[in-house]
Amino acid sequence: MYLIHALAAVLLLAAAGYLGGSIDGLRVVTGVAVPYLGILAFLVGLGWRVARWALSPVPFRIPTTCGQQRSLPFLKPNRLDNPSTTLGVVGRVALEVLLFRSLFRNTQAEVSPPARLIHSEAKLLWLAALAFHWSFLVIFVRHLRFFLEPVPACVMALHQLDGFFQIGAPVLYLTDVTIVAALIYLLGRRLADARVRYISLFTDYFALFLLLGIALSGVWMRYFTKVTIPEIKQLALGLVTLSPTVPAGLAPLFFMHLTLVSALVAWFPFSKLCHMAGVFLSPTRNLANNNRAKRHINPWNYPVKVHTYQEWEEEFHDKIVAAGLPLDKE
Amino acid sequence: MSDQTPKPEELIQISYRPPERDWMDPALEFRKGNFCYSAAPRHLEYLGLPNPRHWQPFEEDWKLPPNWREIILDGLRDRLRKFRSFRLFMDICVRCGACADKCHFYIGSGDPKNMPVLRAELIRSVYRRYFTLAGRLFGRLAGARELTEQVLKEWFYYFFQCTECRRCSVFCPYGIDTAEVTMIARELLNLVGCNINWVLEPVANCYRTGNHLGVQPHGFKDSIDFAVDDLEQITGVRVEAPINRKGAEVLFVVPSADYFASPHYYTLLGYLALLHEVGLDYTFSAFASEGGNFGLFTSHEMMKRLNAKIYAEAKRLKVKWILGGECGHMWRVMHQYMDTMNGPADFLEVPVSPVTGTRFEHARSTRMIHISEFTSDLIRHGKLRLDASRNDRWRVTYHDSCNPARAMGLLEEPRYILRHVVNHFYEMPENTIREQTFCCGSGSGLGTDENFEARMRGGFPRASAVRWVKEKYGVNLVTCMCAIDKATLPPLFEYWLGPGAVEVAGVHELVGNALVMKGEQRSTDLRGEPLPAPAQQEASHA
Repeated sequence: MYLIHALAAVLLLAAAGYLGGSIDGLRVVTGVAVPYLGILAFLVGLGWRVARWALSPVPFRIPTTCGQQRSLPFLKPNRLDNPSTTLGVVGRVALEVLLFRSLFRNTQAEVSPPARLIHSEAKLLWLAALAFHWSFLVIFVRHLRFFLEPVPACVMALHQLDGFFQIGAPVLYLTDVTIVAALIYLLGRRLADARVRYISLFTDYFALFLLLGIALSGVWMRYFTKVTIPEIKQLALGLVTLSPTVPAGLAPLFFMHLTLVSALVAWFPFSKLCHMAGVFLSPTRNLANNNRAKRHINPWNYPVKVHTYQEWEEEFHDKIVAAGLPLDKE
Repeated sequence: MSDQTPKPEELIQISYRPPERDWMDPALEFRKGNFCYSAAPRHLEYLGLPNPRHWQPFEEDWKLPPNWREIILDGLRDRLRKFRSFRLFMDICVRCGACADKCHFYIGSGDPKNMPVLRAELIRSVYRRYFTLAGRLFGRLAGARELTEQVLKEWFYYFFQCTECRRCSVFCPYGIDTAEVTMIARELLNLVGCNINWVLEPVANCYRTGNHLGVQPHGFKDSIDFAVDDLEQITGVRVEAPINRKGAEVLFVVPSADYFASPHYYTLLGYLALLHEVGLDYTFSAFASEGGNFGLFTSHEMMKRLNAKIYAEAKRLKVKWILGGECGHMWRVMHQYMDTMNGPADFLEVPVSPVTGTRFEHARSTRMIHISEFTSDLIRHGKLRLDASRNDRWRVTYHDSCNPARAMGLLEEPRYILRHVVNHFYEMPENTIREQTFCCGSGSGLGTDENFEARMRGGFPRASAVRWVKEKYGVNLVTCMCAIDKATLPPLFEYWLGPGAVEVAGVHELVGNALVMKGEQRSTDLRGEPLPAPAQQEASHA
């Protein structure tokens, strides 16, 4: 149900982009207004989202400790999975962000008759997630050659590296293969695994279809219809330098690609995709487990009603005396 | 165990196939054995909590205040502002499902709403409906739903079917911690008077008498005196166990079950023997007579209200530092909350072991250390004469309790001790210990009788791991350092593994057995079972 809705929504967006690139009067809208609006929504939305997170207090230091604490000198602490220093925290968050440390732990639990719980390896999700995110990053950086003139050496180097195997003409990018494969796996898993299908919402399918739409339209332009690069670069540079022009001769497919990307960035801050920023702020990961060594301050700590010793002694006075326990003033 | 409890072979027929209907439509059945009864109104009244009344979860009418929805939504808004964790966890879940089969309740029940992701979605869906634009505009398409009485009942059912063990948060790529979500959900439920007796009665007791069991000062003294006599009978050594003594060096705080329940009691005997043997100058307090804190399972405010007495007593008794006994959730509170809530403890000193001279730098602010930190340091410095062969009737494994493992990282201290006090120690499979340890299924105030089926389901992964070490190594004793474990693991193992299959003990019970005391004369262990024939070899110095 959600699946159909999400597919329909992405197809609609794609059709709108294609149409907007086919009709003369609309190209300015699809080529200039739409990407500007997308970027604006992204910057404002993400800024607002991150600010709202960052401005909320962290009343308690609640790291999830995933290894030995630092306590006694003869017990080796786990500096990354249970960091007690800022450096350790940086390492932990870096491992999380760059290598998906926690997802790497993933296992699968199954009940085997008669009554045994079996854990088995389940690293595919981690692998697919890593493949998708890293491919996305490389593709993003590669795209900078459209937006920058001269193109920085590192971008060109990445472009060379990505096409290392020199397959076909134009040269096949590895990341184009991995991102499509990873997205298809992630979508397939969402559908094939009954419990993941059960928890999936419209937004989960929408994200996958949107990303697939972007990747496939990009692949189609590069390897099949072979759009003209100079015009695209002209448009991209125009957008970046705030002097937008829409050169003639751009294919409708390109406008479709651009519209889908704009939709992605505009939707990004208001969806689960904001996990990209959120992962850095997660209090169970970005705080040091030095709770007993360094006092954490709760900015809204307020006095509470307590039962004092004096009240307690008053209530149980006779019993305290009868039991031969000392009273406070003794 | 009630008669209606399914037998293990019935219980294990778990279907993981989710139902056809959308999870957003609540479909709840309060089946006996799977939920806890409501809190008696007198406890709410004593604590000053809202909406005290007689009601039960299985009844149609929960007697909610007329403006209950407003109260919940205001409470939700307030907590979104106060907790970055909560706000973030409402926003960033991608529903990858990695947490699903990490939850002992999901594994044991197959109920999809026991997947941590869906447990949190129960409240996220309401958050989206009332606090996000997309949710307001697009409703269900944006994963949003109305807060109805049915939804609230669902919250009650599932947030009192989470033990706040944090295992899911180990596996979550963003560290989303269901314990945090459950804690806040329970706070919200408490705002309209939906709470359970097994949590609120101990809370009310603790507030009044100082401990969950409601033991009054004379009862406390009797219990300790009884233990001192018992220990003398067993070892021939008369120990001192002062109570409310001003000017002692150390305040010793233990969970109340240690002096009132079995097998906890043997651990208490172990503490008494150990602290006497090393000559620690300490005192118990009949007021700070509870290390545990069921406030943690009620609200942050209640946690603070109950925790306040620890520092207050330390100050009143003019001790230098605080030593804490074997307990699980107690240590979550002491380690992650106490200093922030009720500190600074500037009237105390940094804990220094008077026996070894070790300065416990890692506790230099909170000024409280765990007894296993204290004991492992003693062993390291060779201060204890230990005869591990006295524990030779046991083949031992160690069950990490959730909170010391995942909210502290107290993993190696108990193992270090065990390796010195027993000769036969075997680990359970690595997916079931240390930071991946499985809950007993009865933590966070759910260790009562009326939800016995839910407990047996939740405890199944732990029982399965114990079965494995039992079959492979002949393990007959599960050690742990948690009062709730000690109370709830025995029935769990009896249910899954059969009567008498394994026993449960605290680490310091085994320390007490192995400890060769000066002037002792003993022929039995702390449980009164004969010791193995006196070994000829010299008792080993650690």
